[in-house]
This record gives sequence, C-alpha cells and structure tokens, in this order.
Amino acid sequence: MFETKAGVLLIGGLGFFLFAFLSNAVVPILLYRHMPEQTVQQLVEKNENLQYQLEDLNVRYPEAFKKYYGEPGQKAAVEALRLGREVYIAEGCWHCHSQFVRPVSNESERWGKVASSIEYQNELQRPVMFGTRRVGPDLSREGGRRGNDWHAVHFFDPPQVSKGSPMPKYPWFFDGISFTALMTRLEKQDPTFAAKLKEDFGDDLASKQTQVIAAVRKKYPALAEELTLSPDAPNKRGLAIIAYIQWLGSWLEEYPDYERFVPLNEQMQNPLE
Amino acid sequence: MSEHSSSESEAVAAIAEGKLVEERLVLWYFVAALGYLAISLAGGLLMALQLVEWNPLQGSEYLSPGRWRMIHTNAIAYGFIANAFLGALHWAVPRLTLKPVGSRALSYFIFVAWQVVVLSTAVGIMMGQAQGVEWGETPTWIDPLALAGLALVAVNFMIPIAKTKGPLYVTLWYFMAAFVWTFLTYAMGNIMPQYFIPGTSGGAIAGLFIHDLVGLFVTPLAWGLMYYFVPILLKKPIWSHGLSLVGFWGLAFFYPLNGIHHFLYTPIPMFLQYGAVIATIAVELVVTTVIINFFATIWGSTRALITNLPIRWFYTGMVLYFVTCAQCAMQVTLTFQKLIHFTDWVVGHAHLVMFGVFSIWFFGMMTYLFPRLFRTPWYSRRLCEWHYWLSIGGIIVMFIDLGLAGMFQGYYWASLRPWDESVAGSQPFWIIRLFAGLVIIAGQLAFFYNIFMTWRMSRRSAARPAPQVTYPAGGRVAGA
Ligand code: HEC
Repeated sequence: MFETKAGVLLIGGLGFFLFAFLSNAVVPILLYRHMPEQTVQQLVEKNENLQYQLEDLNVRYPEAFKKYYGEPGQKAAVEALRLGREVYIAEGCWHCHSQFVRPVSNESERWGKVASSIEYQNELQRPVMFGTRRVGPDLSREGGRRGNDWHAVHFFDPPQVSKGSPMPKYPWFFDGISFTALMTRLEKQDPTFAAKLKEDFGDDLASKQTQVIAAVRKKYPALAEELTLSPDAPNKRGLAIIAYIQWLGSWLEEYPDYERFVPLNEQMQNPLE
Repeated sequence: MSEHSSSESEAVAAIAEGKLVEERLVLWYFVAALGYLAISLAGGLLMALQLVEWNPLQGSEYLSPGRWRMIHTNAIAYGFIANAFLGALHWAVPRLTLKPVGSRALSYFIFVAWQVVVLSTAVGIMMGQAQGVEWGETPTWIDPLALAGLALVAVNFMIPIAKTKGPLYVTLWYFMAAFVWTFLTYAMGNIMPQYFIPGTSGGAIAGLFIHDLVGLFVTPLAWGLMYYFVPILLKKPIWSHGLSLVGFWGLAFFYPLNGIHHFLYTPIPMFLQYGAVIATIAVELVVTTVIINFFATIWGSTRALITNLPIRWFYTGMVLYFVTCAQCAMQVTLTFQKLIHFTDWVVGHAHLVMFGVFSIWFFGMMTYLFPRLFRTPWYSRRLCEWHYWLSIGGIIVMFIDLGLAGMFQGYYWASLRPWDESVAGSQPFWIIRLFAGLVIIAGQLAFFYNIFMTWRMSRRSAARPAPQVTYPAGGRVAGA
C-alpha cells in the first residue's frame, strides 16, 4: 500500500489533502455559518463615520469628488470602497501593512480593540486582508486617526509628513489642479502678484491661460508644477484609497482610536500616574 | 544489469543516445527559469532599495516597489522554481520509468503555455491586476489557464509512470503525490478565498494555500529530485529505504495540516491554531529522519563535498533545510510568535527556504546538467565556485541579518515607542540586507556568464565529434 501507485495517489495525494482541508478549512466555515457575508451596500448603510469622511472629502476636493463620484451619498461610498480595496490589493499595500490587532505584544494598547471574526465577514474582506508583514503599522484601526488631507499628502510623498518614511510614493493617485484652483491659491499666497496678473492680462484670466501660466511659472515654478500633478487633486483612485483607509475601523464604537502612547520623558514627569 | 529484460536495455541505450529524453526542452526550461530568476532578483533589489530610501525609480506606476514585491515572489515560485522543475522532470521521469513522457507535442505545448501563464502573471501584476492572496497574486483571469496547464503536466508525466510495473522508486512517490497536490492546492487557494469564502475562514484557506504551495508543490518535487540525483552522483543507494518511507508518509500526513500557523493570533478558532502548531512540530521530526537518511548516505564519501560541485550544492541545501525547519519548529510556538510575527524574521525564513534550499538545489542540478545538455564541460570551474560561494555567503548573511532585524522590530513594537523608531532602527539591517542581496546577484551573474560561455564553446566544438558523456541509467542505480 505504501509504495503502490494507488496508495500514493489516493491516500497520500487525495486523502490526506482532503483530511487537512476538512479539518482546517471546512471546520471554520461551519463555525462561522451564522455570520453571513455582508455586502458593501449593507456595510455603508448605517455607517455615519464613513458618511462623514466622504462629506469631508467632498468639501476638501469638490471638483474631483464631483467629477468622479458625484454626490457624497451611499452610492458614492459603495463605489469608492470597492475601488479602494482593489487599489489596496493592486499596489501591494497588504504586503507592508496588516489588518488585524493581536491580543499580545501590547498591540491593543497601540491600535485599539483586538480583531474579532465578525469584523471580517464582508465582501471587502474576500480575500481577507489580514496580511503577514508589517513594514508600516497595522491599518485595521486607522480610520479617523488622520485627516483626509494628511492622507493625500502622505500618498503623494510620504516623507513630507512622516520623516524618513520608506513607504513608496503614489503620484498616480493624483491629477493636476485646475486653473481656477491655481488662481485661488495664488490669491491667498501672493495677493499682490495676483492683482498684477489681472492688470497685465485683464480680468478674464481664464481666456489667456497660457500666458498667465507662463508668468506664474516664472515666479512660482513649484506652484505651476501642480497643474500637472498635485497632492491637492486626488483622482478617482486617490479618493477611493483614502475612503477605504478611513473606513477601516469605522464600524467600531471608539472611532477614531488613538494610540495611548505617552512619550517616556512625559511618563517620567509623573511616574506614579 | 543482467536481469533487465531486453526492452529495458533498449531503453537504457535510447537514453544514452539522447532519444528518450527531450534534452532540448530541458535546456529551454532551464533558460526560461533563469530568465525569471533575473526578473525576481530585480524585484527584490527594487524593494530593498525602497526600504533604505535609495530607490532611484520612485514615482513610476509600473515600477512601483509594492507591485514588484509581488512579481518578486511570483516570478520565483512560478517562473524560476516551476520551470526548473519541469526541466528536471523531463530529465528524470523518462530515466526512472525508461519510457518517454506522454506526448512530445504536448510537452512543447505545455512549455509555451506555461511561459504565457508566467509572463502574463508578471505583466498583470505590473499593470495592477493582482489577486489578494499571498503567493497567489496571479490575476484572476489567468487562474483557469494555470490550472489547465498543471493538469496537462500531471497527465503528461503520469502516462509513463502509470505504465511502469512493480514497486516504484521513492522519487516517483513524491512526484505522483505532488502532481495531485499542486493541482488541488492551486485550485483551493486561487478560487475559494476569492469567490466564495470571506473573512476569517477565507484566511484559514489562504494560510493552507501559502503553506501547501511550499509544502506540497515545491518540497515533494525537490526532495524527489534529491532522492534521484544524490545516489547517482555518489554512486551508491540511499541509506535506508525504511526512513524514505517515514519521510514521505510523514510529510504527506503532517504538512497539509500546517497552514493556519501563518495566521496565529488571528480570530481563527484557537483550537485550530494549536492543531497547526503541533502539526508543524511533527513535520520537523519527520524532516529530521530525512536528513539523517541523506547524511548516512554520504557517510564514507564526504570527499565528494569538496570535489563534486553538485553534491556540495545539494548537501549545503540540506543543511540549510534543516536550519529552516529547526527555526520553524521554534518560531511556530505562540511564545515566539508574539515577538517575531510580522517582522523581518519571517522574511529571512522565507528567503532561506526559497533561495537557501530550493534554489540552491536547482543550482546543483543545473551545474550537473548544463554540461550534459551542451555536451561540453563547464567553461570555467572557477566561476562555478564563485557562483557557489557568493550565493551561499549572500544568503547566510541575509538570513542572520533579517533574523536579528526581526527581533529588534518585535521588541520596538511591543515597547510602544512610535512606529517610526522601529523603521529607523531597521535601517542598518536593511542596508546589510541590500548588500547581501547584491552579493547573491553577483553570484548569479557569474553563473549566467559561465553558462553563456559554455554554450559558445559547445557551438564551436559542434563541428568536431561529440565528446563522450556517460549517462547513469536513472533510478536503477538507486537501489531499486
Ligand atoms: C514598503 C512598504 C509599504 C508599502 C508598500 C505601503 N506602505 Fe504605508 N506605510 C509604510 C510605513 C513604513 C509607514 C510608516 C511611516 C509613514 O507614516 O509613512 C506607513 C504608513 C502608512 C499609513 C499611516 C499610518 C499612520 O497613521 O501612521 C497609511 C494610512 C498607509 N501607510 C497606507 C498605505 C497604503 C494605502 C498603501 C498602498 C497604496 C501603503 N501604505 C503601502 C510602509 C508601506
């Protein structure tokens, strides 16, 4: 039996494989059968935290939001979360970030509530995004911890907001800002120069875009660059990944869940607390 | 070999004339394998540069390190290792069964089809179509093609195996089981978590997949080849047939039960996690018997470790295999997991397995087979030595370095210091890792150059009559 073709193929090949599959895969499936998979639609229905984040995105990036998602309602939320998850997988974020908090190694101190099965019984966790490596921190409680603009700048160029960050840049999550947005920025940054442009080219600057941009480029080359690529103009994928990140943990009561980290020197000032 | 029937001696003669084995295909597979090895090394290098912030290619979507990290692992598993296996199987199976593979045309078709599968996997991942299963990032639309390919491979090699009569040699047990396992594993991992099973139980299946891919596809085929090549090169049979049986059946039973150990401390039910931990420790006991068997085999011929390069590659790989497995038995415990899970320790472990063991074995097989395929001795034995020492030196430094890095990271995180401190603290280790990787790459460049020059020499000497290369008559040497 142990050296025959039938023995090797049927017992070793098929039998033991099936035994492992039954005991290690079918058992948890049966254990969780009373927790059906939720659709994205069901997930966003009562999620006010997520709704708030979408409205915030809409206020901060009105042009882009309108263009790619329309109104910041549930339909937009469903679309953004689905795409956000796709981006998260395509970019390999899950190979540098985990999505579960373990009950050991002080992880609940750092990130919040320990992971539980019910949190993962949904369409966005198929395949589940547990992850096996943390170059960056766990993200399952990331939602609400940072503002949407922080995330935008972080994806555009991580070291700008997090010194020495080895996280890659994602400029392809962004468009350039519009001409109107450029002018608004210029008026805030250098009102005299903006006024001078109007003197030179007339009140309707938009009709003389090329000359105006050339003039701006001379004085503020970095600003003119943003017409092609800017952290202030997340595109469809950019908005989606930010929404997805803000969704993580948004189903919990304690959203956002900040680290209870106290720097050592502050701890030492009141060692008894 | 006087007891062989006349048809068997005819088959042996056919091998010697190069008729039974499609040698051109073996060569093609090896060349394809090395091409993907180069791609994989490039991906690893890119990620290593990214971590130390020296990545010169920042900002390009198609060269994003996140995507190339997935190309790195997929190219090594499906490009390098799978292609090298197919080449080696085309060499070994006809010799062991004394029969040609199922169909020559099918063999060439599979070759082309498999290159299409792997190449589109790499391109698909580069374009952002990865699937969210670790080691199974193959874009979903390729999965059915890959499965069809695996089924054809199994059929093509099972035909000669099915035709042989009487007890089978160890190698063939491993091959046969691996054909079944590889297909089932691939189907399970690429289809169930993607389409049917969400969340925690999907995670359990993904864990089974990660583990079975190494344990039920790579490991059995690789050990099968060791049972084939080692006795031939040492010109003596494997020490103990009984231990071979223990090794095979122990692996077959315990290995598939390990999967969940990749997701310890997740919400997967704790009793399943304990089960996986215990099965893993059992595997290490089984592995010890296999290692004993092989070291008892070489006992008395240890000079071969110096003089015979392929044997040196094989046995170095076995020592590193034992290290990996010993490490595994420790790191799988829940106590160790607290510290090292999610850290570079695991990355070091994975590199030791995939490069330090299996790639090293392939280098041994290739060192043995390229001169036979080209019918020309190596252009430079010296470059072969460089290949060996740079590869081994590089991987050992990388392994120790990443292991240490992992422990530091574990302690940083548990200490609740801000995350960035753990990143800053990892920098020295990541820099050493980068250089260890460059050493490995240098070794492979020496190998590629050596192969190229040997090929050129073979072209030049093709005009002259072919030199005599002796062909050992397959598994018969191995005590069957
Ligand atoms: C090379 C590994 C790597 C990859 C790939 C990666 N990250 Fe990061 N990420 C990091 C590191 C390291 C940090 C911590 C430093 C920092 O804040 O930039 C981080 C930080 C973050 C943070 C901030 C966490 C916090 O609150 O401090 C978010 C959010 C994040 N990453 C999301 C993503 C997303 C989304 C992707 C994929 C598009 C991604 N990361 C890809 C390594 C990575």
